Amino acid sequence: MPAVYINGSKVEAKDGATILQAALDAGIYIPHLCHHPDLEPAGICRLCLVEVEGRGIVASCQAQVEDGMAVWTETPMVQKARQISLELLLTNHLGDCLSCPKDNECKLQEVASYIGINEERFKQLRMLAPQFPLDESNPFFLRDPNRCVLCGICVRTCDEIQGIGAINYAFRGFATTIATFGNKPIVESNCESCGECVVRCPTGALVPKNYRKPAKEVKSICPYCGVGCSIYLGVRGNEVVFVRGDKDSPVNEGQLCVKGRFGFGFINSPERLRKPLVKRNGEFVEVTWDEALDLVASKFSQYKGDQFAAVASARCTNEENYLVQKFARAVMQTNNVDNCARLCHAPTVAGLNIAYGTGGGTNPISDIDGASCIFVIGSNTTVAHPVVGTRIRRAARRGATLIVADPRRIELFNHAHVCLQQRPGSDVALLMGMARVIYEQGLHDEEFIRERCENFEAFVESLEQFELDFVEEVTNVPKEKIIQAATLYATRKPSLIIYSLGITEHSHGAENVLALANLAMLTGNVGKPSAGVMPLRGQNNVQGACDMGCIPASFPGYQPVKDGAVRRKFEKAWGCRLSEKPGLTLVEMFQEALKGNVRAFYIVGMDLAYSMPNARMVWEALERAEFVVVQEILMTGTAKFAHVILPGASFAEKDGTFTNLERRVQLIRKAIEPIGDARPDWWITCEIAKRMGATGFDYSHPSEVMDEIARLTPSFAGMSFARLEGAGIQWPCTSPDHPGTPILHIEAFNTPTGKGHFSPLQYKPPAEMPDDEYPLILTTGRSLYHFHLSMTRRVEGLLALHPEERIWLNPKDASKLGIADGDKVKVISRRGEVFTRAKVTEDVAPGTAFMTFHFYETPTNILVNEALCPIAKTPEFKVTAIRVERA
Amino acid sequence: MAFKGKVLICQGTSGVSGGAHIVSEALKQKLHESGLSDRYEIKRVGDRGLFRDVLIDIISPNGYRWTYERVSVEDVDEIVESHLIRGEPVKRLLAGDDYRMFFEGQLRWVLKNCGEIDPEDIEDYISVGGYEALRKALHEMTPEDVINEIAASGLRGRGGAGFPTGVKWRICRGYEAPTRYVICNADEGDPGAFMDRSVLEGDPHSVIEGLIIAGYAIGASKGFIYCRAEYPLAIRRLKIALQQARDKGFIGKDILGSGFSFDIVLKEGAGAFVCGEETALIASIEGRRGMPRARPPFPAEKGLWGMPTVINNVETLANVPRIIVNGAGWFSSVGTDGSKGTKVFALAGKVKNTGLVEVPMGVTLRQLVFGPGGGMARKGYAFKAVQIGGPSGGCLPEELLDTPIDYESLTQAGAIMGSGGLIVLDEGTCMVDVAKFFLSFTVAESCGKCIPCRVGLVRLYEVLDRITKGEGVEGDIEFLELLGSAIRETALCGLGKTAPNPVLTTVRYFRGEYEAHIKDRRCPAGVCVPLLRFEVDEGKCIKCGRCARVCPVGAIAWERGSFPIIDRSKCIKCRACIIECPEHAIN
Repeated sequence: MPAVYINGSKVEAKDGATILQAALDAGIYIPHLCHHPDLEPAGICRLCLVEVEGRGIVASCQAQVEDGMAVWTETPMVQKARQISLELLLTNHLGDCLSCPKDNECKLQEVASYIGINEERFKQLRMLAPQFPLDESNPFFLRDPNRCVLCGICVRTCDEIQGIGAINYAFRGFATTIATFGNKPIVESNCESCGECVVRCPTGALVPKNYRKPAKEVKSICPYCGVGCSIYLGVRGNEVVFVRGDKDSPVNEGQLCVKGRFGFGFINSPERLRKPLVKRNGEFVEVTWDEALDLVASKFSQYKGDQFAAVASARCTNEENYLVQKFARAVMQTNNVDNCARLCHAPTVAGLNIAYGTGGGTNPISDIDGASCIFVIGSNTTVAHPVVGTRIRRAARRGATLIVADPRRIELFNHAHVCLQQRPGSDVALLMGMARVIYEQGLHDEEFIRERCENFEAFVESLEQFELDFVEEVTNVPKEKIIQAATLYATRKPSLIIYSLGITEHSHGAENVLALANLAMLTGNVGKPSAGVMPLRGQNNVQGACDMGCIPASFPGYQPVKDGAVRRKFEKAWGCRLSEKPGLTLVEMFQEALKGNVRAFYIVGMDLAYSMPNARMVWEALERAEFVVVQEILMTGTAKFAHVILPGASFAEKDGTFTNLERRVQLIRKAIEPIGDARPDWWITCEIAKRMGATGFDYSHPSEVMDEIARLTPSFAGMSFARLEGAGIQWPCTSPDHPGTPILHIEAFNTPTGKGHFSPLQYKPPAEMPDDEYPLILTTGRSLYHFHLSMTRRVEGLLALHPEERIWLNPKDASKLGIADGDKVKVISRRGEVFTRAKVTEDVAPGTAFMTFHFYETPTNILVNEALCPIAKTPEFKVTAIRVERA
Repeated sequence: MAFKGKVLICQGTSGVSGGAHIVSEALKQKLHESGLSDRYEIKRVGDRGLFRDVLIDIISPNGYRWTYERVSVEDVDEIVESHLIRGEPVKRLLAGDDYRMFFEGQLRWVLKNCGEIDPEDIEDYISVGGYEALRKALHEMTPEDVINEIAASGLRGRGGAGFPTGVKWRICRGYEAPTRYVICNADEGDPGAFMDRSVLEGDPHSVIEGLIIAGYAIGASKGFIYCRAEYPLAIRRLKIALQQARDKGFIGKDILGSGFSFDIVLKEGAGAFVCGEETALIASIEGRRGMPRARPPFPAEKGLWGMPTVINNVETLANVPRIIVNGAGWFSSVGTDGSKGTKVFALAGKVKNTGLVEVPMGVTLRQLVFGPGGGMARKGYAFKAVQIGGPSGGCLPEELLDTPIDYESLTQAGAIMGSGGLIVLDEGTCMVDVAKFFLSFTVAESCGKCIPCRVGLVRLYEVLDRITKGEGVEGDIEFLELLGSAIRETALCGLGKTAPNPVLTTVRYFRGEYEAHIKDRRCPAGVCVPLLRFEVDEGKCIKCGRCARVCPVGAIAWERGSFPIIDRSKCIKCRACIIECPEHAIN
């Protein structure tokens, strides 16, 4: 540790620290403006100048400390140099501080008051430049060049933190400005509106629009995707007016995406459901809670057993999910409880359970930083899990090898070393082809396989089919690229696999997952830091909904309902008899409802009428059902089918926990009172149960529910709200002093034999292949600016950034069909048709089309095939044969 | 077989723009028609650095040599018929005393091959000893030997800063890294400087050879030549040269069987002056906006893509093969204690011979200006100053004409060696105007990154502008000094730190001229139009009437034997009279 003398006092500095860092760490202030602790130093503002003995004036933000260095921060020479730099900075800076949104938080003000201005000289220097026009194009923030000091923090943030480079310096000399490519409005650039630059801008040049300063802040977790970013909700009155990232969180390190940062408008939306509603004569009428709950209790009492089905919510807390399954099992006497994971990551749970014994991701998000190779497949990460996406971009920027496989040319292709654009549904062939290359080249980890795995021989035998010519034909990926990707993955260790719904939402989704599990074991990339398999879970608490037993075959913690001992444990705890028959999965529930076998639904927080495949089938089933209760925060497409709508509290209005995609259980905290007459979901479920005469639903706070979970669930045994303060705990956490488990399978796998299980696989084509009548493959996915349907469309700015559905078509297909960009088209599948507009783009391969499912106006899921993965019962969202016509 | 005679035609950018291609074609045609094609071959060579285009050498089969200057296509027939057929050189076209004088005072090491060999033919380079240095370095020397030799020679960077080249290489090699890079900085941007261009156009292989040797010395896997796009001919010849060197096995895998592999990539700049600054240049190669960053870390430690990188300029690298072949002692025998070898200057301005001059380090400015430069160009206008070191250099007055040209002496005098731009100014030059001119260049070329350069230079410029318009106020000079030195102390990169030099040195050496502008509202050199009164100084006027004849608007009335009278209501202040007057009698 070098020791430096700052103003005569000895300061111990970290190795490689700059003078500025050393001084700030030691509590010695040196004025600075362009320095930001998250960013590389730039040396732009020239305000942090200090005098170093023997070297004269240096910029302390860039000069590294050297042992014995003598630094003076306040000599007359320093003072004069700083003053002139400051005065030059201020020469054409707009001076209306009191009306500036950054007033009182402005770093320029701060340094100016510290350094001081020589009035006379300043008069000579001050010369206001002509006013530049504002860039108001982004719905969430404003760019005001007149307040810009060109410190470049925004440029460096966009480049270093976000990995985008949407803005940079443009022009030269005095005309220099921060601009987008071609100096167009920011909304027309590749800006992702994450707002990271806005957060860091030291002046009023980048400010949130309609900013209202919060009166207090409450720590919580982002309500959107499964990354589980830690946030602070800024509260003013009973309103959430601001969100900022939590710098101390290991998950997001302060970063947020556009939805997380700016998408909070739904919380206080005037469209929030404020009263219980009961449908009378086809119209919803407001009723009191007593009326509504009594009605629900009396109706549900008529449908006990397997004629009842509950759909739990991946957006509700663990405690609430626990209660929903407890309600279904203990009160309604059925295992018919499922959640939206059935539509997304059920194959992950099933596949990883077969291979490794635990159906969760093996490694923490922060492990991305240390990976030498990252293989992303079937995940448009920068769009669907943006904060993980930026971590991947940063890793690639730092030198990690990035391999990306996706049927679309997704944004990550821009940062990848190898890009594989495989045909939708051909993943098993691609992955087994890679495995064959690795095996044939002898790049597999023999020791790992021998010591830690089983069934390897059968697996090797099954590689026979995947001769590279065959793989190339099936996947449309050139052999050389497969070899290159396989070689890099096998040799650049540690290698980390990241995947998402592009892998799971297939009629052979679990097999795709098994193929990835095989690949990781083959190369010994399991149970190690920065290696493993990382499934990116979709919803904020979809991991938790599964963990809590909102799946038809398991109690909380994946304890099988078929296991008598387990069942007896729960029967004892809950004081009732429990069914040993696994329940129906989500799609099956509706198929059964159509047959009249399921007659009542309790649907909590899921807009399944628009997010399930073959949506018309779901609509019919809902219409056919005799009693449908929907518990929601907003009027959704699904709620319209309900007989009773119960208004729930949003995440900002209650305490509880969410579990993110790395199995990290994190606390959310009540920031505001529930809107209108809305009530926390846990309270509602308990009230229904109690009114049905059930016992065991008397809780005064969700923490008591967690205590019950901990008692009954070995992997949660050590959890409690008190312990979850801070950054949360990653399960398994088996005792109160267990620190949690960031990395799984370090010593042994969780399978019955303790060995990783290789699975031999065969290539199977998707359930529906293109033919003459339906010649294109439709694959579906998400947009950066929406999550599902109901929440983000209540956020004006998000809707402005992505206002309507478009079907992506390759120019070759479009020209064959006589369709131009922006044309109205009809999209037809075997199940129905929808109208939309075309977006003609090379980002989809010929023969492939792409749509999202974010718009009620274009219910894409009408088209989608409900063919199920036989193991996980997940439908094939990613491959539907369609025909497109001009409309 | 009898020896063939040769006709050398200088075809650098200067020669080409003077019509060398046409002359060459005409000569070829004429030789063919005259049946001389067998006896004379036409050879394309680079420029020699003196503007006398088209410049042709005729070398007879027995080795005699004549130089023709300012040859036009119309002269071709006469030259062939008279000289080649009848053996009577065309006297009126033969290069004269100026030409001789220009070259006599020079020591041409770097420019040795320019104007002598065919830059598009590697064999020609090899025939004059080309790639011998590479062979020697690879076969007889370890990389450390090469570094030691260069260090011992005392070679210092010719790009301006004068850092010892051998030391730079040694530092770079000292950093452990997966790979290292070497870059040739051919982004010659100083206005008026064109020595690098001439070398690249006239002798590209010497630079390539130097680059390969540098790569070998530091252990680099790859070299880059970063050449400004405004040099299309240099780029074309570099491409040809690189291909030929590759074909010959001087670039590529296992060069000359030594086990050393090295490739060279040619990168074109995009028009930013600041990309000549090494960290900005690196950013540009990496595909980022060319903006400098602070040093340290120096590129030798963390350069291109974070790897240790040596950046040398064209002239520096062109010296390398010569040092390797001739030895460090040979090189260091010329020059001063601290500055060894030669330096090429781009001599311009109000001097008789303008062009590239290569002289030993330590030669005085006077020797240069009045030797190869041939003295002042305009009759009646005495020497006033020399602006040296490009736009960031300084103006030195007559008192300092005996300053020896070496890094330390120039810096001490307030100028810099820079890349070797040297502009001679005479009495008809206003120093405030000169300062303003150079500043306008750096104002335009500032990258905009750091505040002193981006805003400070503009404020400096505005004050100068005010002074030249007669709106200067008391305190302006002090303000220029204050702000100028603040910029020098606080700017981020070399461009910003040196940009105030023209202002600071003119204030230092020509303060009186500034004061005349501000206090007397007078431009002594008669340049700043708003300050000109257009009055005839009857004490100086010789009543010759040339002013009246040259006035384009008839504002000057003159009769033989009387003083001219200027009608200021008609005068458009074009300064034609002032320039024409042999006695500087109009101000």
